[in-house]
Amino acid sequence: MSTQSPSAPAGSGDPVRSAMGEPDPGGRFGRFGGRFVPETLMPACIELEAAFREAWADPGFRSELDGLLRDYAGRPSPVTECHRLSAELGVRVLLKREDLNHTGSHKINNVLGQALLTRRMGKRRLVAETGAGQHGVATATAAALMGFECTVYMGEVDMERQKLNVFRMRLLGAEVRPASSGSRTLKDAVNEAMRDWVATVETSHYCLGSVMGPHPYPWMVRELHRVLGDEARQQSRALLDGADPDVVVACVGGGSNAAGIFSGFADTAAQLVGVEPAGGAAVGAGVPGVVHGMASFLMQDEWGQVEEAHSISAGLDYPGVGPEHAHLADIGRATYHPVTDDEVINAFQVLSRTEGIIPALEPAHALAWVIREAPSLAGRTVLVNLSGRGDKDVAQMMDILEGEL
Amino acid sequence: MSLDLPPIEATAPGRLETHLRQRRDAGAKLLVPYLTGGLGDWTEVVRAVADAGADAVEIGIPFSDPVMDGPTIQAASERALVEGTTPATVFADLRRVDAGVPLVAMTYYNLVFHMGDERFAGEMAEAGFSGMILPDVPMEEQGPWRAAADAAGIETVLLAGPITPDDRLAAVCERSRGYVYGVNLMGVTGERASLGQQAATLASRLKAATDKPVLMGFGVSNPEQAVEVAAVSDGVIVGTALVRRILDGGGPEAAHQFIASLRSALDES
Ligand SMILES: Cc1ncc(COP(=O)(O)O)c(C=O)c1O
Repeated sequence: MSTQSPSAPAGSGDPVRSAMGEPDPGGRFGRFGGRFVPETLMPACIELEAAFREAWADPGFRSELDGLLRDYAGRPSPVTECHRLSAELGVRVLLKREDLNHTGSHKINNVLGQALLTRRMGKRRLVAETGAGQHGVATATAAALMGFECTVYMGEVDMERQKLNVFRMRLLGAEVRPASSGSRTLKDAVNEAMRDWVATVETSHYCLGSVMGPHPYPWMVRELHRVLGDEARQQSRALLDGADPDVVVACVGGGSNAAGIFSGFADTAAQLVGVEPAGGAAVGAGVPGVVHGMASFLMQDEWGQVEEAHSISAGLDYPGVGPEHAHLADIGRATYHPVTDDEVINAFQVLSRTEGIIPALEPAHALAWVIREAPSLAGRTVLVNLSGRGDKDVAQMMDILEGEL
Repeated sequence: MSLDLPPIEATAPGRLETHLRQRRDAGAKLLVPYLTGGLGDWTEVVRAVADAGADAVEIGIPFSDPVMDGPTIQAASERALVEGTTPATVFADLRRVDAGVPLVAMTYYNLVFHMGDERFAGEMAEAGFSGMILPDVPMEEQGPWRAAADAAGIETVLLAGPITPDDRLAAVCERSRGYVYGVNLMGVTGERASLGQQAATLASRLKAATDKPVLMGFGVSNPEQAVEVAAVSDGVIVGTALVRRILDGGGPEAAHQFIASLRSALDES
């Protein structure tokens, strides 16, 4: 297990700048990652890695995926310069507009790739977990497009918070099954999806929704989101006379939208910032653990029992984080900071009023950090990944802001 | 595709494997009940099932996110955790028990990882455990735990399932200590109305690959199924069917009665 992959040769150049290559053959990013799954799932993980490697090197697969991303999902998404917000903050703010993708978030990039891969592996059923429902909706959408069966697990608490997305998934023909154990949120939906997969692995593909889980998922899902980072790099260079933004910011639940945008800038001088909810700050807590197939940072009690995350945003209510983020934090290439629910509620309204863009609660975390740090960011250029739109959160915000508007 | 596995030290059979081999070679079919540690008067249940003819007992150390377990063992784990169970309380309770048969822990890796492999293995040995099952640690990830367990004299039991390919199955048989755990079905723990042909097929593949005791678990709910599965293997592991009785309020007597019914069915088969 000592050989390094060709795209991340050991000891070549600056390890911080060459970050975000391939993990080692065991799926490790530094001391994180790996493949902590039952023996019954090992053949499927090995098959998936081989299938992805082969597909990713196949120009036919790449052009089919690019075609779907363009003609079905609406890529490329634009980068929008926020003139009024920038004036208010004294910081030049650019937004990568993943909210404009079909289905309303960045999640579709990953799902279209995994759906094509599912067909290539000869499987016809997708299993997924979802928190806010955005990944579930994207998976249900891809299943409808490809004619697959689809089962989505969602925590009971989240089904209540995100009723609209539950209905959307059902409209799209997916079955939504409640996860009713534990905290009844995203972590429990992952447990249920894994239990389903253990039983159905011969015919089903587990369409994991973030850069987490056993190898190859953290790497594969990041590669499938790289498109948004590559686009953003070109688009911001066009806007900034060939320069890169000073800071690139994204919210972090499992970390897929952050991994996508970071991958476009890992080899530049841009500062990379991940923003976690204060009630689900796995990197912030900094305690390593093993759950859901990976070694990473994990919120846990003194015995290693996994703790429940609490945040206003169902999509970020996850006690762990993708292993590559743990590694980027370890080597200092990215930093991770918590924001509170109140700061998020404020940011949600600030962007709506200054730019006419209602963000999802998840990327409102990234904006909340920019708003708080504006004094120290004065005069700099910040690119925020606006990972999704706020339609799904409007009902919840209506309750929270009742009487204030 | 060739396997790239961490090296392991060659070890002689330990207490667990030696005990099970002796029982098997004397003509018995092996019976290993599983129960959740920390649940109610669980140490009394350990004594009761040993007394009813168990050849070893598996004890679950409850974890917050048991992905290989179905609803019954999930509920048992949750209840035990609410009652304040930790690895330390399980170890402390066990020091007061002399079950007279080897004890095997079953848990998920984060509890071990968090405490540290060496310390966990050491405390297990001190509490009287002989073996360990970690369903979320495949052979590739076993290096650190395995070194600590071997040093502490804890035998690490490995699992194989119906779709485990031949090369992995051979490696599981070679590396497993204590016994080889055959998973009867694709899925999580829980009672099943019928086990189907795949259990028998896996049992024969395992028996052809190893001389170590081969025990089949997952889904075994009643004496008939125990006899069916033991016919092609060295014996059975029965978990959910016992845990359900405990959750339903059955105490040590109900556990004794159930395990005794399995014992006599196996002995008569
Ligand atoms: C819009 C949006 N952004 C971010 C996330 C969090 O996921 P990740 O951290 O993988 O980007 C979600 C999850 O539901 C989401 O819907």
